[in-house]
Amino acid sequence: MNRLADAFDDAYRREWAFVLAATVRVAGSLDVAEECVQDAFVAAIGAWSEHGVPDNPGAWLTTAARRRALDQLRRDKTLRSKLPLLIELDANDPDPADIVEDSVVIDDRLRLVFTCCHPALSAETQAALTLRLVCGLSTPRIARAFLVSEATMAARITRGEKKIEVAQIPYVMPAESELPERLDTVLTVIHLFFTAGHTASSQDELVDSEVVGRSIDLARMLHALLQYESEVQGLLALLLLTDVRRQTRVDANGSLVLLKNQDRSPWDAAQIDEGRSLVALVLMSRPPGRFALQAAIAAVHAGAPSYEGTDWSELLGLYDVLLDVWPSPVVELNRAVVVAELRGPEAGLAIVDGIASAGQLDRYSYLPATRADLLRRLNRRDEAALSYKQAIVLVDNDVERAFLQDRLIEVQV
Amino acid sequence: MAQYMYMIFGDESEMANVTKEDWALMLKAHNEFAEQVAKLGGTITNGDALAPTAVATTVRGQSTGSPSVTDGPFVETKEALGGFYVIDAKDLDEAIAFAKISPTNGGVEVRPVVDTVGG
Repeated sequence: MNRLADAFDDAYRREWAFVLAATVRVAGSLDVAEECVQDAFVAAIGAWSEHGVPDNPGAWLTTAARRRALDQLRRDKTLRSKLPLLIELDANDPDPADIVEDSVVIDDRLRLVFTCCHPALSAETQAALTLRLVCGLSTPRIARAFLVSEATMAARITRGEKKIEVAQIPYVMPAESELPERLDTVLTVIHLFFTAGHTASSQDELVDSEVVGRSIDLARMLHALLQYESEVQGLLALLLLTDVRRQTRVDANGSLVLLKNQDRSPWDAAQIDEGRSLVALVLMSRPPGRFALQAAIAAVHAGAPSYEGTDWSELLGLYDVLLDVWPSPVVELNRAVVVAELRGPEAGLAIVDGIASAGQLDRYSYLPATRADLLRRLNRRDEAALSYKQAIVLVDNDVERAFLQDRLIEVQV
Repeated sequence: MAQYMYMIFGDESEMANVTKEDWALMLKAHNEFAEQVAKLGGTITNGDALAPTAVATTVRGQSTGSPSVTDGPFVETKEALGGFYVIDAKDLDEAIAFAKISPTNGGVEVRPVVDTVGG
């Protein structure tokens, strides 16, 4: 029974996108396809417990989902002929009914991803649709990751599917000329999802491991499909190299441990190696993109023997290039931390104050938190206390809040 | 094939000051746009410029049985609807490609037209 449950979970995780993408081609509409795939997974539980897990669960599920889609098409033939077809099948495409399981083109999943991340959809809808349709995550689960009610998330997904259908967002790969921009949207969605799990908002745990795991799965899938795109390599490397710290960012009591004080011995060497070899590859592409550069920064941290042994000047160089490619106050703030390590807290503080006066990061808790830490190191305790208080007001995560409160008490003694 | 309405928004105060030459240039830009759309496979089925919102009249409250008539546009905005097109395109990507090359000093809202006749 356990083996069955494992096989089922595994199939859900690995095969969902594949099965859905293959079914959309038959069903012609995303929500019909989604329903058929859902039904196929339900049917699998019964069939597999009776007859055993098939050798190729993905193929089994695809056949089952497509059969349902075809049944539905036949049933609704009159209705369907009046609805716009989501996909206009190419003349040389085989008839959907004749497609055999293993002829599914790999592009189907990519088309699905690019449809979900179409620029005509809002950023939050792109994320919601990708998680629902590509990952098969349940609506309540997605709602929890993004801190909205289930009803709001359900409405968002329905609205998105409706827009795809009514506005006729095509189910195709973007044109070559549009690919960099369109790909950037997809990578941003995956990165956003990873970040939501890496520091889970308003949760009593720092990391939402399931969300982190699923976002790495997504990055891996994209990498398998578009392995020569350097930003795809960059994103996968960035996630792998950031995620090696997952276990060591909290101690046994669940309290936050800063990078400075983390025990690096449990960091997964194989994962670091994989990330670093990807970074070596992406840095050969010119000019490196923002994900490649962020990955290179993560690689410096992951490869340093200790905090003190970190190559800060290498980091500063990378941040300078990143700021060029992707001017953002968040990058500036991270750069300030590196400057503080190289040239002292005073130099870092000057940059942080500059960012603060620009006012773009007014709601960003890491700004006052960084400022507080620099002031603490300069022994300017009253000002540090004030900044810690500001950070505590803005912070979402309970573990981070507890850390800031401890620091506040320290500087007030 | 799908049909989209392009609502061209722009700053009316700029339009109020256009010279004859500006107007001719604008017409030329729109003619070129029409040629481009045709070349790219779209079909413009309708389109025109609208007189400014200063001469618009809004009629509301039809459902109450005693509609009111007021001077002015339905919604007061800085950038007002100044012209429109109705274009047949393959899908939203093609429709967006047309919108990107359309002549406007403001922006264009692209809305799918619902097929109430053929459906």
